[in-house]
Amino acid sequence: MSATASSLVRVEQAHWGDRVYSWALRLIAALVPLLIVAIGVELYRGSQPSRVAFGWHFLSSSAWDPVFGHFGAWPYIYGTLLTTVLALLIAAPLGVGTALFLAEMAPLWLRAPLGYLIELLAAVPSVVYGLWGIFVLAPWLQNSLEPWLTAHFGFLPFFQGAPYGVGFLAAGLILAVMTVPFIVGVAREVIAAVPVSQREAAYALSATHWDAIWDVVLPSARSGILGGIMLGMGRALGETMAVTMVIGNRPTVSASLLAPGYTLSSVIANELTEAMTQLHLSALREIGLVLFGITLVVNILARLFVWRVTRGIGKVI
Amino acid sequence: MTGDLNRKIRKLRNNVMLSLTGVATLLVLLPLALILFYVVKEGVSAISPGFFVHLPEPPDVPGGGMANAIVGTLELLLVAVIVGVPLGIAAGIYVAEHGAEFLTKLVRFSADVLNGTPTIVTGLFIYGLVVLPMRKFSTLAGGLALAIILLPVVLRTTDEVLQTIPRSYREAALALGATRFRVLWDVVLRAARAGIMGGVLLAISRVAGETAPLLFTSFNNSYWSMWLDRPVASLTVQIFNYAIAPYDRWHAQAWAGALTLITMIIVINLGARAWLRWRTGRLA
Repeated sequence: MSATASSLVRVEQAHWGDRVYSWALRLIAALVPLLIVAIGVELYRGSQPSRVAFGWHFLSSSAWDPVFGHFGAWPYIYGTLLTTVLALLIAAPLGVGTALFLAEMAPLWLRAPLGYLIELLAAVPSVVYGLWGIFVLAPWLQNSLEPWLTAHFGFLPFFQGAPYGVGFLAAGLILAVMTVPFIVGVAREVIAAVPVSQREAAYALSATHWDAIWDVVLPSARSGILGGIMLGMGRALGETMAVTMVIGNRPTVSASLLAPGYTLSSVIANELTEAMTQLHLSALREIGLVLFGITLVVNILARLFVWRVTRGIGKVI
Repeated sequence: MTGDLNRKIRKLRNNVMLSLTGVATLLVLLPLALILFYVVKEGVSAISPGFFVHLPEPPDVPGGGMANAIVGTLELLLVAVIVGVPLGIAAGIYVAEHGAEFLTKLVRFSADVLNGTPTIVTGLFIYGLVVLPMRKFSTLAGGLALAIILLPVVLRTTDEVLQTIPRSYREAALALGATRFRVLWDVVLRAARAGIMGGVLLAISRVAGETAPLLFTSFNNSYWSMWLDRPVASLTVQIFNYAIAPYDRWHAQAWAGALTLITMIIVINLGARAWLRWRTGRLA
């Protein structure tokens, strides 16, 4: 689609104004990839004291002591990964199920309003999710769900310890709600993109509607759905405010989901304006670098997956 | 016999699984309903006309509002729009209209990657680039952080809208001897204007709810701030600070702020969609 009139008509001697104009546009467009490089360079430069002091050990160390100047990112990396995995375990099946309902099941008149409501989930600001998490979700977890989990599943390592309300579980749940719209958005598009003729072929072989979905639609949409899940993963990894407000902000590495934790993004949010030493500040910027690196890889993979299916016409979400 | 049983099982599985997709949809929408319910319930009981005209008060003083934060959010958005929208539209025009294959692909890809970059990382970037050299938090820094978040969204929207403009428009103008700039300015952009404006509004509604990139760029301010080089309050940061503070009165203010913010965002969002439907006939 990007081939336009300009590629049809090659004007040998362009008007001088046109040359200025097209170079200006080219420069501005080139700014976008440059921005990504600049972000990486800036974070790398800013984390120099910390990188020199701790080296790769920074990633595996659990020390975080601003007073004595020992910094390690492991509890934050752990918290980010655990909450993200938890969120995706909940959001992926729900998201794909919802996408199937929207694309295959819902009556036509209901599809647009339902789709809008799902998009509204993505429009609710992170800080509002956090506010709700602190005052509604966390108390409910502490008084109802978590005691129930410890009573019935307390033998599992995931559900041990006192119910705090805030912790990995609360953060994972909030993240699940926040990532679901991204998964639904992409999954719905790729499911709708599966040709009707393929379904008809399945029906002709006496497949039920679900058989057609399971054996025909989902396999052809698989790579796009994976891309959508990875997009959601990118969101969950970098999400800051809601997580900061419900995770408890204590750097623990615990198998129990009920324990309070910390994430890469929340420690930046909480400590950057209070960092007193150069080393502390640079350690926080190195945390930012780690976060940027992880999300960069996830996002690139996600885009490759989605683009392969939608051939580059995928809309921004 | 077994064939019959097999068919029954398949029918049952069909019904169960298809109903489960409906259940999944309900489960996804339940949190939305709960959040909106609580924001409206708590927000309405905490909000008053004074909330919109007064400055914040200490936790032991009744009254107080977020007037400066509301204006501050608008100031930050203004800076973001002034910087981010022209750049986003220009880059969008480039990829849709003039792109050489490689750079076009790279720019589209980068825009998507930038769009997925955590906003707190964007904040850190601006912190190192603007806040540290200036040695102060500022409206400018916060606005620039928001501009970086706005840019890729505006770029991709512009890109998409331009691709819906029929090629024959451009060919007709070129055939009349128009320069490429004239083709774009007088023909293509004129046809795409409404769509791009709607897209920009949608992008603004997204950026208006950002908190993380503002925490250490525009910081916060208890008073009015009308200068680009001073820290400024914003609704989102104010909600955050009040929510994590141990005072009931501030909690109530946070809910009032959340109601204000969410109303603002939904109104812009719905407005943009209605505008798009009306002006472009596209289902947005």
